[in-house]
Amino acid sequence: MALNPFSSGTRLRDMIRAIRACKTAAEERGVVRRECAAIRASFSDNEQELRHRNMAKLMFIHMLGYPTHFGQMECLKLIAAVGYPEKRIGYLGLMLLLDERQEVLMLVTNSLKQDLNHSNQFIVGLALCALGNICSAEMARDLAPEVERLMRSRDANTKKKAALCSTRIVRKVPDLAENFMGLAASLLKEKHHGVLISAVQLCTELCKASKDALEYLRKNCIEGLVRILRDVSSSSYAPEYDVAGISDPFLHIRVLKLMRMLGQGDADCSEYMNDILAQVATKTESNKNAGNAILYECVETIMGIEATSGLRVLAINILGRFLSNRDNNIRYVALNILMRAIAVDTQAVQRHRVTILECVKDADASIRKRALELVFLLVNDTNVKPLTKELVDYLDVADPDFKEDLTAKICSIAEKFSQDKLWYLDQMFKVLSLAGKHVKDDVWHALIVVISNASELQGYSVRSLYTALQTYSEQGSLVRVAVWCIGEYGEMLVNNVGMLEAEGSITVTESDALDAVELGLSLYPADVTTRAMCLVALLKLSSRFPSMSERVKRIVSQNKENMVLELQQRSIEFGSIIQRHQSIRSSLLERMPVLDEATYLMKRASTTQASIPAYKPASAVTPGDLKFPNGLAKPAVTPLADLLDLSSDDATATTTASTTTAPSDFLQDLLGIGGTNLPTAGAPSSASTDILMDLLSIGSSPSQNGQLVPDLSLAQEKKHVSAAPQLVSPVPEPVDLLGSLSSSTSVSGTKSATAVPQAVDLLDGLSSSTSVSGLEDACPSITAFQSATLKITFDFRKQLGKPQESTIHATFTNMSSSTYTEFIFQAAVPKFIQLRLDPASGNIVPANGKGSVTQGFSVTNNQHGQKPLAMRIRMSYKVNGEDRLEQGQVSNFPPGL
Amino acid sequence: MINFVLLISRQGKVRLTKWYSPYTQKERTKVIRELSGLILTRGPKLCNFVEWRGYKVVYRRYASLYFCMCIDADDNELEVLEIIHHFVEILDRYFGSVCELDLIFNFHKAYYVLDEILIAGELQESSKKNVARLIAAQDSLVEAAKEEASSISNIIAQATK
Repeated sequence: MALNPFSSGTRLRDMIRAIRACKTAAEERGVVRRECAAIRASFSDNEQELRHRNMAKLMFIHMLGYPTHFGQMECLKLIAAVGYPEKRIGYLGLMLLLDERQEVLMLVTNSLKQDLNHSNQFIVGLALCALGNICSAEMARDLAPEVERLMRSRDANTKKKAALCSTRIVRKVPDLAENFMGLAASLLKEKHHGVLISAVQLCTELCKASKDALEYLRKNCIEGLVRILRDVSSSSYAPEYDVAGISDPFLHIRVLKLMRMLGQGDADCSEYMNDILAQVATKTESNKNAGNAILYECVETIMGIEATSGLRVLAINILGRFLSNRDNNIRYVALNILMRAIAVDTQAVQRHRVTILECVKDADASIRKRALELVFLLVNDTNVKPLTKELVDYLDVADPDFKEDLTAKICSIAEKFSQDKLWYLDQMFKVLSLAGKHVKDDVWHALIVVISNASELQGYSVRSLYTALQTYSEQGSLVRVAVWCIGEYGEMLVNNVGMLEAEGSITVTESDALDAVELGLSLYPADVTTRAMCLVALLKLSSRFPSMSERVKRIVSQNKENMVLELQQRSIEFGSIIQRHQSIRSSLLERMPVLDEATYLMKRASTTQASIPAYKPASAVTPGDLKFPNGLAKPAVTPLADLLDLSSDDATATTTASTTTAPSDFLQDLLGIGGTNLPTAGAPSSASTDILMDLLSIGSSPSQNGQLVPDLSLAQEKKHVSAAPQLVSPVPEPVDLLGSLSSSTSVSGTKSATAVPQAVDLLDGLSSSTSVSGLEDACPSITAFQSATLKITFDFRKQLGKPQESTIHATFTNMSSSTYTEFIFQAAVPKFIQLRLDPASGNIVPANGKGSVTQGFSVTNNQHGQKPLAMRIRMSYKVNGEDRLEQGQVSNFPPGL
Repeated sequence: MINFVLLISRQGKVRLTKWYSPYTQKERTKVIRELSGLILTRGPKLCNFVEWRGYKVVYRRYASLYFCMCIDADDNELEVLEIIHHFVEILDRYFGSVCELDLIFNFHKAYYVLDEILIAGELQESSKKNVARLIAAQDSLVEAAKEEASSISNIIAQATK
């Protein structure tokens, strides 16, 4: 037979040699192009005897990353051929060159169906393998009956392949789970390990796919599983399955994993496996990886099920051993389970704090990352200071790659526990000094807001920053914050105003202060934000230090011809202010009005929320985008993930894979749903994501402001009386109402706040009557909200026979030394909850906790038993005529409401 | 579940890829590039796990080859190390002390072996012996078909002489 002139007769081996011999990428492309042309020609000539070889070549070319779609039809032809060798290479090609999303795949359904019914077990095996690896939902539905039949086959190898193929079918079409559960359970009685492993995996998948299947398997296979585990763990030496002296660790691990799924939230099932788990946990050798893999899985299972306390202790002890192991792999997995163990037993995890902290400093990036996340979870009120100190100290020597993660976590901790202002400022100054490059814009913006609010610490701040600037002028964010503070509080720097006791005095002259700002200007020739901030600071200093006016003018004028319009304009305008408008200069350049912290946090949250729909990975804010209306930068738009600190950098990287789950995670964070109470609950439905949006539109900020807001500076006393009972009834309307209120509040605080009582009054008429009768079943009361200035407790009453309804009695206590007037409490709840507020007992909360205001309200949880109560609350009041706002979320409702 | 299996050489050349979750060709190239950068640069004494895009990649180096498997965040990393070793041992027995060149020139055979160990990203057989037996049976099936084909073509050739 005459060969096609284009078809090089090269063998596979020769082609691979030719490709490997290529010295440049271009050369390789040439060879591949020639080969592809030959293969195409051969395909179109339908050369039977070369098909096998062509397909093999094509797969190699595919592996190198070249397009090979023209070979897809050829795969189908090979599969449809009669002989085994053709089918074998055809199926391999199909699995490599195609995936479930290609239309062509549908064409193979018929051939697959025929092969699944073939008399040769190996051809059946090929078809099962292909189906299991790449089938689409449609094919899964079409071919499920065949696979089901094959699970009853007499051949063990066919059975195990059919069982694994079913796991993919169930993954693609969860509705089919019920068809497989009986068969899967019956396969657990087999002896063949391959069949057992496959069947156990199928059961695990079925549990994930359907609740009915989970219940069915709980009833029907727990005994079988315990038996399998007992047999395999106590079996004598079996060379076929032996791995490092342990018989079939793979089977061990898979059975343990399935046990976890069955025992989760089921006391009976858990009880049944207690003994065998204790046996595995105590008897497994831990000197080899295989044994540790089993122990690891066993500990996870014990943590996951309703295990006895003795068993838990056993598991925690194994964890302790893992953590002190010298093998990095073991330490890594130990940190991994500790993350999960924190929900079960926080105290036990806290005991290992020192070791975990050491792991943050490990040489291995994977371990560091895990440990840092764990430390973040371990931080609480009592250990925050020493832990932060350790982390900050480490920041100095940390790997440059790691600094970003570490900085973000430290800032987040510092903000979360910022009740102690001085401590917060100190930590932030240290972080700025050591890793100012990595501090996110919104973090240092927040810092400036805090400084401007803390009038007694402004002198200290500006002096600390000035001192830090002398040493760490290469840290961008430090320079910005320092320059801003010098501009605002320059005279405090020079005159040592507001010295703290522990502070050593420094001598800074007016010209030194100017030098510092000038340094910022000269160090960052390309950074518009910093330079612009420097110019504003200089202008401010020209008014603070009149004698320096001339020098300021000279420096400012250097930018008159700057290419950047922003800088040029500032330079010229500022120059003219200094030169020609001396009369108005001092009033023009007064200190910035204090930015209300609560308003700022609200805005910070809402900007973040606005960015959710357009949330893209790596949406970094370039400094040039910022505008500086008053020398204070606007809060930057930051991805929500940053604020919530949702699995840090993973979140940005995995948007493609996890966009659907991410928003519900936010919701869980915000509402505190899920968490520890509901480990079994799946991801909230899309409706709950809407709730998130609704709730956020109140203008509330994410979890950390629960701690931040309370720090509103408490000031003088003044009383103001006006009765404003209020009510919030069906949720959507008030939420909208609040939404519009909050947006106006952020624009002009004073005005809109007076509007609040009126708006609420309007609603008041709707249902102000309450009838409390037949109350019973009192739950323990909780502290729903606690800040330095305000405490709110909730008492609960349940109505007999109406489990979804609860009556809550709220008590507001003023912890500060100033009386609160026009006190208004507002609440918002997710859509599945209805809320009705009764009028409050008054609207004046006396100072120093002498007396309190009470208010009753009732909630109806329409998803009682499925979702816990959750609520966001907002308290507005006046102190000395000034509007104050506090808000927070209540997620510690007692279970069963 | 195992989302994909990668074999990369120390120079970053791909020796085998198997995808159990759908990735487009473009994504595959990107994934391979990203992971080569992450894994090949890691020092020898570090742990064998890399966190990547919310998944975990477990890798293990054998001579010049890195065997990598990408698993879900809640899978057992230590066990995946054993699965990798299981795969390597079976390859070793099949090729008779396997080396990188075996896997280059007989890459399709490596795939056949892998298909007897994993299906749908899950383990199907814990017995190395059984896998070897199944592969051998299928190889002999192919040999038999080849012989038959050549004898038929001989007959035809002789008949047409």
